[in-house]
Amino acid sequence: MMARPLLSEVLINPDRVTGLSLQQWDLLIRQARHADLLARLAYLLAGHNDLPEPAQSHLDSAWAFAQRQAQSVRYEVANIKKALSDLDIPVVLLKGAAYVMAGLPAAPGRLLSDIDILVPKQRMEAVENALLLYGWRTTHHDEYDQKYYRQWMHEIPPMKHGVRGAVIDVHHAILPPTARLKPDSSKMLATAVALAGQMEICTFTPVDMILHSATHLFHEGELEHGLRDLVDLDALLRHFGTQNGFWEQLIERAVTLDLTRPLYYALRYTAQMVATPIPSFAVKAVARLGRPPAALLWLMDFLFERALRPDHVSCDDRYTALARWMLYIRSHYLRMPFHLLFPHLIRKAFKSHKGSTSLAEPTVAKE
Amino acid sequence: MPHVTPLNSLSFARFSSQLAGAGVAFSVGPFVVSLKSSITSVAEGVYQLYGEYPLIAGGADRFVDYYLALEQSQGLRRWHRPQVKFSYDGLHPFKPLPLNQALPLFEWGLNWCVASQMHSYLLIHAAVIERNGVAIILPAPPGSGKSTLCAGLVSRGWRLFSDEMAIISMADGQVVPCPRPIGLKNESIQIMRDYEPQAVISRASLDTIKGTVALMKAPSDSIRRAAETARVGGIIFPRYQTNAEALMTVRSKAQTGLYLADNSFNYSVTGARGFNMLAEVVDGAACLEFTYSRLDDAVRIFDALEWSA
Repeated sequence: MMARPLLSEVLINPDRVTGLSLQQWDLLIRQARHADLLARLAYLLAGHNDLPEPAQSHLDSAWAFAQRQAQSVRYEVANIKKALSDLDIPVVLLKGAAYVMAGLPAAPGRLLSDIDILVPKQRMEAVENALLLYGWRTTHHDEYDQKYYRQWMHEIPPMKHGVRGAVIDVHHAILPPTARLKPDSSKMLATAVALAGQMEICTFTPVDMILHSATHLFHEGELEHGLRDLVDLDALLRHFGTQNGFWEQLIERAVTLDLTRPLYYALRYTAQMVATPIPSFAVKAVARLGRPPAALLWLMDFLFERALRPDHVSCDDRYTALARWMLYIRSHYLRMPFHLLFPHLIRKAFKSHKGSTSLAEPTVAKE
Repeated sequence: MPHVTPLNSLSFARFSSQLAGAGVAFSVGPFVVSLKSSITSVAEGVYQLYGEYPLIAGGADRFVDYYLALEQSQGLRRWHRPQVKFSYDGLHPFKPLPLNQALPLFEWGLNWCVASQMHSYLLIHAAVIERNGVAIILPAPPGSGKSTLCAGLVSRGWRLFSDEMAIISMADGQVVPCPRPIGLKNESIQIMRDYEPQAVISRASLDTIKGTVALMKAPSDSIRRAAETARVGGIIFPRYQTNAEALMTVRSKAQTGLYLADNSFNYSVTGARGFNMLAEVVDGAACLEFTYSRLDDAVRIFDALEWSA
């Protein structure tokens, strides 16, 4: 196993910062920024009063940004609720937005780039129309992209609000219909719980929240936020793990939803990277149900040990780029069979080449 | 204060090889920047403009705020219309620019870093100058002659805090100096060459998105006193108007506050704290508008400004 990066050590034990040299602080801040965990780090270190001034300044800055973001998430959710309230359907907030709105310990300092929601598949069109009516617009104007999303994906193309610029991803399932794993998202939707005083706005049950996060991370994501997602899982497992019967429920639910493999990975790598406490009976049971064959596990360890580190040069070894690339290919492969995937990847490769200039207008200081 | 070793205590040869190798770290106001580049124009420009800035030696005591690099794009771009890429600790926030804009790209890139990640300060798009412990914020829309006026005043004894942003401490409302080269555009370049023949001005970059751009080195005294903060005494909106007689008029505080909020890089991020700080700063400052056409008038009138303590 590779040595843990400084950031992981501090996430596991915030007191580790005592006595760090400025040079180590420099590294810690950089790793945290690249892992999208700087604001989370600020939260975890809030009890430490004697941090060196330059480090504190970056932490304060990230914390202010996260606070502002949490505020806009609450505002966005209120707007989404307004737009969708006439449809009389459950609207399930996923991931970051769910943690923020439910006030879970995963929320403080959690950054998010968009709001993900899950709605019943048969009402997708009504949801899209309602959002259009309230000012959201589709972001992919390319006909191929539109078709690709609608035909193959478990979500419609992201929608962006015309005035506020907030982005919403509307899902009807947690994985694409063509994916290797076939969790029945309607079962998760059926048990979703309304947020206090919110009626239609829901979150998954704790176990489903964890299974979704694990599935997203290990079977779908492109892992740019790998460690951050692992930190989410860690916070959720620590929080709910103390409740009576939680682990049994979690395992049972993973079986029902065909998600034992992602759960296995989630428990394995949270324990490995951020030392999440997991009862040994749960470790054994999940290993029996979801552990991949030894050769595959060796490969997965090789890949995830690298890709789940902060995406910063100080955490890379000679295989990191390869590992990230292989996991990227894997995530696509797990999404759809090769005969569907191949033409799509070729097309994407060409397009991203052609379109790369439009990505970043120089956002130099406004003048 | 530890002993300060300026960047130009290194010979140019040593500096440029270090710049192309591990990078050179130096402090710019409250920040420490580490820059890496093997581009000759960058080495020359930085050595010329930042030569007097404190060099920050590596070691256990070094904390760098921004690891920046400017490198030439590889492949065909090496030969055909060469380009420069800006990176911030391995991230590439902007499109590459033509190679001759490498030096201004360093300034723009650093502005971006500060504006997008220093929310522990209230950041306002404005020039700031100081005299006798009193800072004046010069906010202004493009074309108002803000940079030219700022360059003129700091050539005549005012201390340069910034040509680009007012950095206001959330703790006490003091403005924090971050003296950096002043960006001069188009005809301003010649105006400043004529106005202050002693000024150190970089080679001009043609055809940038802002027109022709050259950078004027910050005055040595401003660089040396970069740790001395000041309270805001005035907020003066400069307005260059051809052939106008110099005229100072009073502006409403409410309007001034709204304008600053609108032109803040992080007003919305800083939330209630930003609002309160902004209100406090505007409340304690004289809010004025200054119409002018001649730099000499400006210097005379600014010199005559008096502030109640």
